[in-house]
Amino acid sequence: MDGIHDLGGMQGFGAVDHAPAEPVFHEPWEGRARALMEVVLGAVQPNGGEFRHAIERMVPGHYLTSSYYEHWLTAAATLAVEHGLLAREDLEARAGGAFPLSGPVLAPPVTDPGADRGEPRFGIGDQVRVREWHPPGHTRCPRYIRGKVGVVVRLDGNYSVPDVEAHGSARRHEPTYSVRFDAAELWSDGQPGVWVHVDLWESYLEPA
Amino acid sequence: MSEGTHHPAAMAPVEHRVAALEALLTERGLIPEGFIEQTVHRYETEIGPMNGAKVVARAWADPDYKRRLLADGTAAIAELGFGGAEGDHMVVVENTPTVHNVIVCTLCSCYPWPTLGLPPAWYKDPPYRARMVREPRVLLAEMGCELPEDTEIRVWDSSAEVRYLVLPQRPAGTERMTEADLAGLVSRDSMIGVARL
Repeated sequence: MDGIHDLGGMQGFGAVDHAPAEPVFHEPWEGRARALMEVVLGAVQPNGGEFRHAIERMVPGHYLTSSYYEHWLTAAATLAVEHGLLAREDLEARAGGAFPLSGPVLAPPVTDPGADRGEPRFGIGDQVRVREWHPPGHTRCPRYIRGKVGVVVRLDGNYSVPDVEAHGSARRHEPTYSVRFDAAELWSDGQPGVWVHVDLWESYLEPA
Repeated sequence: MSEGTHHPAAMAPVEHRVAALEALLTERGLIPEGFIEQTVHRYETEIGPMNGAKVVARAWADPDYKRRLLADGTAAIAELGFGGAEGDHMVVVENTPTVHNVIVCTLCSCYPWPTLGLPPAWYKDPPYRARMVREPRVLLAEMGCELPEDTEIRVWDSSAEVRYLVLPQRPAGTERMTEADLAGLVSRDSMIGVARL
């Protein structure tokens, strides 16, 4: 989905709040939220990519005004409610206020994943163009490279496609690639001498 | 359960929401005794950038190890006992006098846990994820990593299965240092690629 999580290249965020030495957890609740996420995932056994997609479905305003551990908390609670483990009313009664969850899944379940792709279609040095598409579900193809041309620099083996597995029990395996893009291809104000590499499943790509 | 039918109320503080989730999961018997404390302790003490620093120091001290590390990061890192979730498919990218590497995850927070631990907050926050793929030279300089104009910058957006580790350049004047002392020089930021040593 074209969600708020897909941040590459967006402008207006300002400086990085960078601290060279930073504790693992800033507040005790962060560590607890991290552990609770593992408890929920163990209990509901989500499909691969389903947890990430639950974060992606967060309401944009909430996403941008909460820390990453709050994202994990929200996604864990969302999956707990969607899988029937807990009721939202109970969460809110205990919390003593609203407990925002992520928005609904926009994509239909995937029932026919299509055939696995075995042999890589592309080799190192091949020019590829990223498909210009806007799938409503989970995908690991960032928006900022769609329609752009790059060069394959590495083959990483075949893996289950997140776009399929996040939306049901079906699976499709495909080759994955690291693709190098010239910053000048990605941005009209691309900085010279910059290469951006993005790791992509084969069905995200077409020959260029 | 849609937002439309949900009565508006002030959002509970995040600590209260965490406590609510914990209480309900506990009542259902889903949280083993001590699990939360053990999990927090493990992330705070057992994994972290000190592991990655040992990998870097070994690569600096042992040219054969460095060759193996750059050829098959996962296997070479496993030689030192590090691996597992978010470190199953490691690629190590080497900084040179003319090439600087930096890692980012624009879509979420992908990061090599076994070698670097859990990611720092700034790595997961929007400014870093938005800007590193668009204006890395400016952002690196802002973060204190000023690079010569002619240094090539390679940004690695970890959007699939691979997790990256930057192999920083060995600082000059360290020829006589032991591997353990070398590891002490290696910062987390240098292995993400937002600092040079």
